Amino acid sequence: MNTNSKIDIHEFLNRDEKKDLLRLLTCGSVDDGKSTLIGRLMFDSKMIYEDQLAALERDSKRIGHAGEEIDYALLLDGLKAEREQGITIDVAYRYFSTNKRKFIIADTPGHEQYTRNMVTGASTANLAIVLVDATKGVITQTRRHTFLVSLLGIKHVVLAVNKMDLVDFSEQRFNEICSQYKQFVSQLDIPDVQYIPLSALKGDNVVETSERLPWYEGKSMLHFLETVHISSDRNFEDLRYPVQFVSRPDRDFRGFCAKIASGIIKKGDTIMVLPSRKTSTITSIVTYDGELEQAFPPQSVTITLAHEIDISRGEMLVHPDNLPHIERQFEAMLVWMDEKPMNPNTQFYIKHNTNTTKARFDTIRYKVDVNTLEKSDITHLELNEIGRVVITTVKPLFFDAYKKNRNTGSFVLIDPVSHNTCAVGMIIDKIHADGLPQRITDADKQKIDTGIGLISQQEYENRYNQKGATIWITGLHGSGKNQLAYSLERQLFNQDAIVVLFDGSTVRSGLSKELDYSPADRAENLRRVAEVCKVLNDQGIITICSFISADDSVRKQVSSIIGAERFTLVYMDADLDYCKNNKPELYSLIEQGKIDNLPGIDCAYDIPTSADIVCKPHDLEDNVQKIIHYLIEKGIKK
Amino acid sequence: MQEYSLSHLKELEAEAIHIIREVAAEFQNPVMLYSIGKDSSVMVRLAEKAFYPGKVPFPLMHIDSKWKFKEMIEFRDSYARDNNWDLIVEYNKEAFEAGVGPFTHGSKVHTDIMKTQALLAALDKHKFDAAFGGARRDEEKSRAKERIFSFRDKFHQWDPKNQRPELWDIYNTKVHKGESIRVFPISNWTELDIWQYIRLENIPIVPLYYAKERPIVEYNGTLIMVDDERMPQELAQKATMRKVRFRTLGCYPLTGAIESEADTIEKIVEEMMTVTVSERTTRVIDFDQDGSMEQKKREGYF
Repeated sequence: MNTNSKIDIHEFLNRDEKKDLLRLLTCGSVDDGKSTLIGRLMFDSKMIYEDQLAALERDSKRIGHAGEEIDYALLLDGLKAEREQGITIDVAYRYFSTNKRKFIIADTPGHEQYTRNMVTGASTANLAIVLVDATKGVITQTRRHTFLVSLLGIKHVVLAVNKMDLVDFSEQRFNEICSQYKQFVSQLDIPDVQYIPLSALKGDNVVETSERLPWYEGKSMLHFLETVHISSDRNFEDLRYPVQFVSRPDRDFRGFCAKIASGIIKKGDTIMVLPSRKTSTITSIVTYDGELEQAFPPQSVTITLAHEIDISRGEMLVHPDNLPHIERQFEAMLVWMDEKPMNPNTQFYIKHNTNTTKARFDTIRYKVDVNTLEKSDITHLELNEIGRVVITTVKPLFFDAYKKNRNTGSFVLIDPVSHNTCAVGMIIDKIHADGLPQRITDADKQKIDTGIGLISQQEYENRYNQKGATIWITGLHGSGKNQLAYSLERQLFNQDAIVVLFDGSTVRSGLSKELDYSPADRAENLRRVAEVCKVLNDQGIITICSFISADDSVRKQVSSIIGAERFTLVYMDADLDYCKNNKPELYSLIEQGKIDNLPGIDCAYDIPTSADIVCKPHDLEDNVQKIIHYLIEKGIKK
Repeated sequence: MQEYSLSHLKELEAEAIHIIREVAAEFQNPVMLYSIGKDSSVMVRLAEKAFYPGKVPFPLMHIDSKWKFKEMIEFRDSYARDNNWDLIVEYNKEAFEAGVGPFTHGSKVHTDIMKTQALLAALDKHKFDAAFGGARRDEEKSRAKERIFSFRDKFHQWDPKNQRPELWDIYNTKVHKGESIRVFPISNWTELDIWQYIRLENIPIVPLYYAKERPIVEYNGTLIMVDDERMPQELAQKATMRKVRFRTLGCYPLTGAIESEADTIEKIVEEMMTVTVSERTTRVIDFDQDGSMEQKKREGYF
C-alpha cells in the first residue's frame, strides 16, 4: 500500500476504487508451504496487522508447528477444533490487495478426504495456484488438485515450484518438474498454464524476482497475479438473463431483476422469454444509480419490457437467435458432497440458476478416481466421489454446457429430507437421441409387489376368445400408420375381438399432456403407452398402437415393458416423398424453420431391421389382412 | 473489442444485490438486522439498490442493548424515517428493568443477555426465517469459514463442522419449519472496501466515526467515551476532552475510541490504509477468551 504518497488523496482513492478483483484458489498442503506463501503475500501487502502479528508470534511459540519460525498456518486457521488437531478442515477466504488489484483467496486443504472443500473453493475462482515441493516434484496430490481445477473449469493455473532454496535454486530441477507436469496437464483442458520457481519461506520470487534465480526470466508470483488477464474469461456472447425477482412497486412499473449470467444485454434488444418463447424488446435497464444503455456479467440489474408479458422467477430471457438447451435430461459430472451416500432411487431437489425443481438419476455411467483418473463402474456415489451421470428433471431447465458457460452449466442437488446440499454438478451436454439412447425401462430398480387379481389370464382368454397382445405400428409422419391402425381396429372389432387403440394425438392431448417433443419427453411418452398396453394385455385385451417411435433402442425398451412374446412390430415402409405429399402441412412448417425435432428430417428415424411385418402404404386392405392373418397364426386371435 | 470489466467494489456490490434478492425471493419472512454501524449502513444501501425503484420488501430490526451511544439511536431513527424503512426495535425488557449493564455485570454477561438473548427472543417473536447480518469474513478468523447463507437449527445454533457446501452463486435456501438462515451479503468485503464504498456512494454514517473532541476516560488501556450518567462517577470524573473517533460502534462502555484527526471520509480512508492494528482491538468483548467470537457465534450471536 502507498503509505508515503504525496499525491492528492482524492485522486489516489478514485484510482484505487477502480481496481478489479481476482479470485484465486491455492492447492497444496502445509508441507508444500502453502500457508507460508499466503501468509507472505498477505504480510508483504500489509494485510496482517500488528496485533495479529503479535498474537501470531505468541501462538507460534505455544502451539505452532514451525519450530522457531512464525507459523503462518496459525494465522489462516480459524476454528478452534481445527487448531487443536493441527489441520484445516474447510474452505477459508482471505483478502488482500495491492495497488493494482484486490484478491480473494479461497484457501483449501490438500488432504484427500477433502475433495469437497477444494471443489467449493474452485467454483468461484478465476485462477489456481498449484504448489509443489521442489524436493518432491509432481506427486499424486498435485495431479488430483490439477484434475479438480480443470473439472471446475478454472482457466488459469500457476504451478508454483516451492522450496527452490532446498534444491540450490537449480534450473535443471525446475525444468524436470515442469516437464513432468506438462505431460500430465496436456490430458486436461486448461488453456493457460504458467510455471514459477520460488521459495515462500525465504521470499524468493514471491513479491520481487530473486537474484538467486537469475535463469528465470518470468514474473514474480505477485506480479503475475496482478497482471494476469481475466476479464475476457467471462462469456459475453450468449445472453442468459435468469429472472431472479419480479419488482412491481406500482401499477406502472414491472421490472425483472437478475444477475446477468452471460452475454451483453442492451436497451432496445429483442429478447425471447423461456419457456413461453414470447418475444419483446428491452425498454430500459434500471439501476439505483441511473439507467444504463447496456449491462454485462456479473452485474445485477433490473429491466423493463415493451410488452406486458407474464414472467416469473425461474424464467430466462435470451436473444431469440441464441438459445440455450431447453431440456429435461442432460449428462453431468457430479461431485458427491454429503456424508450420506447417494441413493440412486430417490428424487432430489435440483437448483439451477433461479430454478428449483425435482430430479432423478437415470444412469450412473462411471466413477473417476481423482488420483489415477481411471474410470470404474459403480452403482452409487459416496462422499468426495466424482462420477458421470444422466439426470432427468421434472421441469425443463435452460442450460448450456459448463465448459461454455459456468453460470448456466452448474447446479446443486439438495437432499429432500435433510435439505443438505448433497451434490454439485457440471453439465456436459444434453442427451442426444442418437448415441445416447433414452432409458425408460427400470430393470434394475426395486421391484414393487403387485396385487394378484382373482381372474386368471386363461379365464380372460376363454371369455374374449383371444390373447392379450400389442400391435405396434412404426413409421414416418404421414406414412399412413393411423389409417392402417383405424382399419385394423375396425376389422378386428367386426370379428368380435376386444380391441383398444392408441395414437399420438389421443395420448398427447391427455395422458402425456405436459410433455414436449424433446428426445427425453418422446421416450417418456412411449413409456407411458407401453405401461398401459402391458396392463391391458395382462387382462386379455388386444392393443393397437400407432406411433412414429423413431428410436430403435426406445422401441426395444417398449417391447421389453410389454413383453417381447406378445409384442408385434409393424413397419410402415413409406418413403419421405410419399409422406410429404400425404401430410404437407407439417413438413412445410419444418422447412420454414417453425418446428424442429421431426424424425426423418432433422433427427434420425431408425428403420427397423427386425419388424415382424413390413407394410407398403398403397395396399391398405392387403395390409390389414396380412396382420390379421399373422395374429391368427400366432394364436392371438382365435 | 470493448472491455467489459467491473471494479472490485462494483463486483462486490453486484454479488451482494444478488444475495439480497435471492433471500427476498425464496423466504417467507426475512428481516435485515441493523446495528447502526458502518457495515449496516452499507448493507442497507445495498438493499435499497437491490429493489430500486421499489420499496425494500422486508423490515430492519435493531436489537437495542440499551447501552448504545445516544448519537447512534438518533441516527437510526432519522435514517429509517427519511428513507421510508419499516423499523423494528427490540430489547430485553425484563433484564433492562432488572438493571443489567456492562458496568455492573461485566461485558460477557451483558452481551449475552442484552444482545444474544434479546436477538434470539426477537427472532422467535416475529418468526423470521431469514436474517441478514453485516458480518464480514475479514473481521475475525472464525468468520473466514462462515458461509454466506449460514444455516441455523431451531435453537439458532451454528455448527461449524456441519455447514452446507456453497458453490458458485447457487445458494441452498431450503429450511424446515422453525429453522432459519443467517445471510451475510457483505461477507467478501474488507474494512477498507466498506470505507471506500461509503466514500464512493456518499452513504450517511453515524457522526461518531468522524474525529471530534469528546469526553474520554482511559480504562484498562481502552479509550471510553462518557455518553451518559450511567458511567460510574469515579470514572466519569476523570474524563478529559480528546480528539477521537470510533472504528467500530457498539455499546458505549464496550467500545474503544482511537485518537485521530480524521474528520472527513477521505482522511478516514487514508488512515485506514496506513493503520497497523486490526479493527477488533477496539472491541472489548473479544478479549474474554481465545476463540471467544466462535463461542458467541455457536450460541447465536453474530
